[in-house]
Amino acid sequence: MNETKQWNDQRVEIIIGTMLRVGVLVAAAVVLAGGICYLVRYGHRPTDYHVFHGEPANLRSVTQTVRAAFALQCRGIMQFGLLLLILTPIARVAFSVMAFEWEKDRMYVVMTLIVLANLCYSLIGT
Amino acid sequence: MDFSYPGYISDDCEFPKHRMTIIEFTLLVWAGSLAAGFLGALTGLGGGVVLVPLLSLIFHVDIRYAVGASLVSVIATSSGAASAYVREGFSNIRIGMFLEIATTFGAILGAFLAAKTPSQAIAIVFGLVLLFSAYYSFKTQHDHSQDRPPDPLATKLKLNGSFPGSKGVREYNVYHVPAGFSLMFGAGILSGLLGIGSGAVKVLAMDQAMRIPFKVSTTTSNFMIGVTAAASAGVYLHRGYVDPGLAMPVMLGVLAGSLLGTRVLVKAKVRWLRLIFAGVVVALAVEMIYHGITGQM
Repeated sequence: MNETKQWNDQRVEIIIGTMLRVGVLVAAAVVLAGGICYLVRYGHRPTDYHVFHGEPANLRSVTQTVRAAFALQCRGIMQFGLLLLILTPIARVAFSVMAFEWEKDRMYVVMTLIVLANLCYSLIGT
Repeated sequence: MDFSYPGYISDDCEFPKHRMTIIEFTLLVWAGSLAAGFLGALTGLGGGVVLVPLLSLIFHVDIRYAVGASLVSVIATSSGAASAYVREGFSNIRIGMFLEIATTFGAILGAFLAAKTPSQAIAIVFGLVLLFSAYYSFKTQHDHSQDRPPDPLATKLKLNGSFPGSKGVREYNVYHVPAGFSLMFGAGILSGLLGIGSGAVKVLAMDQAMRIPFKVSTTTSNFMIGVTAAASAGVYLHRGYVDPGLAMPVMLGVLAGSLLGTRVLVKAKVRWLRLIFAGVVVALAVEMIYHGITGQM
């Protein structure tokens, strides 16, 4: 019994490790692509980060960011990459729900669902 | 003088205000973030902790943009490093998940507080956390004795674990669960308020309070930082704190720097390097507190 648990835990750890690595690399690649586009198009303009204006509405929500990225706006593509980055740990937690379910560990399924709910609330609900 | 520039009127700092172009700014911020990520990984202090002072003090970025860019970058470095640690079998996924309940609640609260807290107060709190991180990075890494009977609550929560030690698999017990959980809630608040991973506070909670072996504490902390940061990132995104033009060079720089740092880590003698970096961190801390008190933030 204990041996099966060990084996499962190890397999889960390897999958989680791979998920995190792939997630970060894909996100970084998308941010880089958007960044090159942004620098080519707007690189000569002056910066203005000294005063806080807040981002425009089209880069503040998940759906709007996805829309901006698919419209191939440079800043939209970068923001979409950052969104993928934020989604990487969320995907890890979602996968952990399933992994604890496979191990029939109900207590940890519930705990992981609480963490997942917090993450979804932050991303969608606020 | 161009008074139509919105930044001009509030610009009361003594530094000459040369307005950089986006490409100059991006390259400089990228290089600075690369150095921060590299030194942060080498010294174990984490690159995220110096990003906000770097951006706000040196590049004169508004602290809210700085915090937003720092926070998303922290997710990148944490996930990048965690992917390696998880495979080695040091991090304890159950401890991580259980404590993430506390850190995510704290992180959401912290992100809401960030909007209500004046920049000056954020700068002062930031400075204090920097001082603590610098101090804590010099803590001697000894593991606690395991002669006490297991804690019933920790056993019930299945937190006790094992890791591959030099003399085979080592078992360990976890103690003081409520204290550790509360500290983690605090770590979450700081993370959401300041846009940092607050790794030092997380390690403090696991290593000092819960008596978890140091190596397990640091790797599990790293594993948790991404989830904690993601919990505040959503709130930041909706508040308009995450600017892609700024976050792009910061995230790419810190990620590259920390990956490079972990590669070199094994060979380098880091004692003197850690001293220098801790010195930089202390200087930034004093500067942040000074700017906060004098209202220049």
